[in-house]
Amino acid sequence: MMNASSPSPLGEFWQTFRRNKGALGGLAFMLLVLVCALCAPWLAPHDPSQQFRDALLSPPAWLDGGQWRFPLGTDELGRDLLSRLIHGARLSLLIGLASVLLALLPGVLLGLIAGFSPRHLGPPIMRAMDVMLALPALLLAVAIVAILGPGLANTVIAIAIVSLPAYVRLTRAAVLGELERDYVTAARLAGARLPRLMFVSVLPNCLAPLIIQASLSFSAAILDAAALGFLGLGVQPPTPEWGSMLASARDYIERAWWVVTLPGLTILLSVLAINLIGDGLRDALDPKLKNGL
Amino acid sequence: MSIVLRARELTRHYPVSRGLLHRPALVRALNGVSFDLAAGRTLAVVGESGCGKSTLARALTLIEKPDAGSLEIAGRDALVHGRELRRDVQMVFQNPYASLNPRQKILDQLAEPLRNFTGFSRAERRERVLAMLERVGLRPEHAWRYPHMFSGGQRQRIAIARAMMPSPRVLVADEPTSALDVSIQAQVLNLFQDLQAEYATAYVFISHNLAVVRHLAHEVLVMYLGRAVESGPTERLYARPLHPYTRALLAATPSLHPAPQRQRIPLVGELPDPLNPPAGCAFHTRCPYATERCRAERPELRELDGRQVACHHAELLG
Repeated sequence: MMNASSPSPLGEFWQTFRRNKGALGGLAFMLLVLVCALCAPWLAPHDPSQQFRDALLSPPAWLDGGQWRFPLGTDELGRDLLSRLIHGARLSLLIGLASVLLALLPGVLLGLIAGFSPRHLGPPIMRAMDVMLALPALLLAVAIVAILGPGLANTVIAIAIVSLPAYVRLTRAAVLGELERDYVTAARLAGARLPRLMFVSVLPNCLAPLIIQASLSFSAAILDAAALGFLGLGVQPPTPEWGSMLASARDYIERAWWVVTLPGLTILLSVLAINLIGDGLRDALDPKLKNGL
Repeated sequence: MSIVLRARELTRHYPVSRGLLHRPALVRALNGVSFDLAAGRTLAVVGESGCGKSTLARALTLIEKPDAGSLEIAGRDALVHGRELRRDVQMVFQNPYASLNPRQKILDQLAEPLRNFTGFSRAERRERVLAMLERVGLRPEHAWRYPHMFSGGQRQRIAIARAMMPSPRVLVADEPTSALDVSIQAQVLNLFQDLQAEYATAYVFISHNLAVVRHLAHEVLVMYLGRAVESGPTERLYARPLHPYTRALLAATPSLHPAPQRQRIPLVGELPDPLNPPAGCAFHTRCPYATERCRAERPELRELDGRQVACHHAELLG
């Protein structure tokens, strides 16, 4: 595959990705968040659970009454917001990534099987997905957590199960569309067996909607985890996590906007960054949009 | 010449659902087609849309199993040894924009049959792909490009190269030039002929361009509603078509110098509903010579004037 006249697949991919400024910005932001998550104990100015009784709901430093001890202010229990956001990046990223991967991999596999076997394995898989879709997502997640017991791992599993049907349906629809096309028949004539047909011929042509769905459900996962935490079923306080910070600070939105706004803004920016990266990924993986070469 | 492809009474019926209250109907897309094809020879299959040409192609390439009949490739029963005979029958599709995987480089697509059928190493596969690309008139550096970077004619060359990679004994081409510009068609057809001269591949050439067929084919098989109505050597068939349908098809071919002695038979009406084919001769609804006998009794293929023809009145028409 390699040749002196052509760059390696990875280098080629990077060259196209680099051209997309939005995706590059998103990548930079996510790298920053990742560094925060990895180096949280050294970066955070305070312990995220330490309560400063003398500074409840202290505003950010640049506002009246703010103090530089707490650059982004404190929450209702006097905990430093910046420290909590930095530490919260760990759990939020973990929940987002883990639940997306846990839903994406089995979802794509089930969708491929359902698409390739429209008579036998397909209908039972799709009916099972319909059953899951018939229940409200959060209710289903609550039920799953209630069965498995509260905690971080179970939250991730519950969110992954709830977002599974979207992947299965997307993959199956794309596979059914691609199977009609002559290049699949050609691959079959070229002797490709089923796994090769699935993963080498068909799956790469179904990636675009899957990447978008994955980047969108990353943000949904963070918010769902927050909702579960709010109900007392997710990450338990005082563990810092963006979603539960947002949920628990709602009561103070009129008196202390920063307590709600800052975690919300962090989630918003992360989601935006991930969607931009997703767009860039989709374009960089589409040979039609690669110019030059 | 050795026979590489022997089809006997190939039949393929598709059940078609007609809603809850009706029993599913049967479309007899392919209804007992037989022929022999020798190495290095070309058989053209002609007929209107819906006559079963593409179903025949799918059956010959072992993509779909025929419901009845037998198929032998290189003397072996293809319905039993399908997996081993896979590499012996390859196909070129009609639309070169759909038959190449948009996400795979040309090199990988051409190497795919070698990868699956042979034990060649990566380097050997690459070498063969580059040689074949050159053979079909493309440059070696094209191997690292994606299909969308090529024109229709180039893509069809790539598709032909891919079909020839495993050195098949039989190549089925399903209207391979109908999606191409006229200026490109001749080049692609010449490529087909050059490759046949070099590799002695047998071609099944499906087409409704009768001028192309005359240029390329050694034998012609005319199909109507899933059955062969006339088959024989190209020159004989073109000089003196015996079946009224063949005659109508040939008369419909545009020509700069129409032969004055040949009377034109305009085809009237549509192809009959394949769910509900006419009794007797399937062509009687559109045939100007149809008689009571044609409506009642289906004509079998019979030997006449060096070809096979299925018409009660063939002698009168000749």
